[in-house]
Amino acid sequence: MARSRLSFSPDDRVNAFLTTCPEPEYGTGSLEGLAIAIKDNISTKGIPTTAGSRILEGYVPPYDAHVVSLLMANGAAIVGKTNMDEFGMGTTTENSAYGPTLNPHDTGRVPGGSSGGSAAAVASGMVRMALGSDTGGSIRCPAAFCGIVGLKPTYGRVSRYGLIAYANSLEQIGPMARTVMETSRLMQVIAGYDPRDSTSVDQPYCHTPEKNIQGRRIGVPEEFFGAGVDPVVAAKVWEAIEVLERKGADIVTCRMPAMAYALAAYYVTCVSEASSNLARFDGVRYGPAVDTKKPWHEAFQERRGTSFGKEVRRRIMLGTFALSSGYYGKYYAKAQSARQQVKSDFLRLFKEVDVIAGPTMPTIAFRLGEKADPLSMYLSDILTVPANLAGVPAISVPCGAVDGMPVGLQVMGRPFEDEVVIDTAYAYEQAVD
Amino acid sequence: MVSERDIEHIAELADIGIIKEELAEFTGQFNRILDYFDILDTVEESDGYKQDGYNVLREDVACPSLLQEDALKNAGDTEDGFFKAPRVM
Repeated sequence: MARSRLSFSPDDRVNAFLTTCPEPEYGTGSLEGLAIAIKDNISTKGIPTTAGSRILEGYVPPYDAHVVSLLMANGAAIVGKTNMDEFGMGTTTENSAYGPTLNPHDTGRVPGGSSGGSAAAVASGMVRMALGSDTGGSIRCPAAFCGIVGLKPTYGRVSRYGLIAYANSLEQIGPMARTVMETSRLMQVIAGYDPRDSTSVDQPYCHTPEKNIQGRRIGVPEEFFGAGVDPVVAAKVWEAIEVLERKGADIVTCRMPAMAYALAAYYVTCVSEASSNLARFDGVRYGPAVDTKKPWHEAFQERRGTSFGKEVRRRIMLGTFALSSGYYGKYYAKAQSARQQVKSDFLRLFKEVDVIAGPTMPTIAFRLGEKADPLSMYLSDILTVPANLAGVPAISVPCGAVDGMPVGLQVMGRPFEDEVVIDTAYAYEQAVD
Repeated sequence: MVSERDIEHIAELADIGIIKEELAEFTGQFNRILDYFDILDTVEESDGYKQDGYNVLREDVACPSLLQEDALKNAGDTEDGFFKAPRVM
């Protein structure tokens, strides 16, 4: 197949890229010649992949993630790997071992995280589209903070083969772009069955966004406008919901009582899975080498202690604790019961409404260094984690600004109705365009 | 409440490597986070989370896979075509 080369030399003033490919090849197809940036936890054959961590410094994957193969088969040019919170653990991109990404709208603020590099690369115009991954909001948060569109697909719709695992039961790879139409276009390429991911579901996405939402029922849970949500951000999002109402949607206020447990259930689950997943990083098979002359505990502790960042070490320890005998019942088992309640809340509401809407984030982008305390950073994920716990699709679409910073409207839908979520976001985007 | 000794023990279990100077900071943060997790005590116990998934089984089929050379390329140390790890005994 004839392959051409693209020239890519971005003026990256916001530290969005960890690696750039100055002359990437591309082929023919629906994404022909399009520059696409890839989050650095998605494996790219021959292109360094660090997941934002020192423990993978110098690692060059010997294979491509399924989504990367699909992008290339459809003509895309992979132009680089984007900065992220180490292993996806963070809401600001400040937890990257390679320095924070800055928000293109205000370089004194964070771009959100963990896919902050991808969002900043799109928002600053360096690329039109990017891939991110979303474990508890890592696509939608930076999309909201940077004023772009980001979709977390239904769990199972996009293959995770080649995604460096952090919390397998929660995470999905998803598209990020400046418009809903482009987000949909990228989703069309990456969705579909892959036998190498045993949670992959055979539900291709062949859809063109449709803006008619006459009669669509939109649920608005009180809890998404509760304590901790900046009233000015809440008002902005309500304005967006009213735009949808004027376009023919029915707005239904509702309740999601399990939101009270969602954040704790999410964090217990993700740290537990992380403690298991990240056991593989020991300097034997990849990353900076372990000292093989030392006894193994000493050698591994030295490598992991110096090459993992503090947030990663904190989460591995929290997970180790939550799964340890005597505490499993108090933390992990309870978190799974709570997770089921969150899912039940969604399924109950989806009998009454077609989608659920609210803010993506409770505030605008934080100032650099503002979320130094881990718990205060965790709390800002409260509105995004429910979709991951339940596995439902969720999108963030820009809906105006507060103090000059973008605000995101979040729309969540029934499992495998990513199309309806996309259409609702499209209806809003087209109405205000 | 966890103590600094507990944190040291957990760090040991996870092979995470912790130094004395970090203990107070990690312990304080741990306790604030665990206090927050206490809200789960009020959750009614159920059968836990039900995934809609099912076991995916297939016949064992030989497919092309990584070349040994490629699989070893990122290793810190190798010997006779194997990964070399620290001594266990």
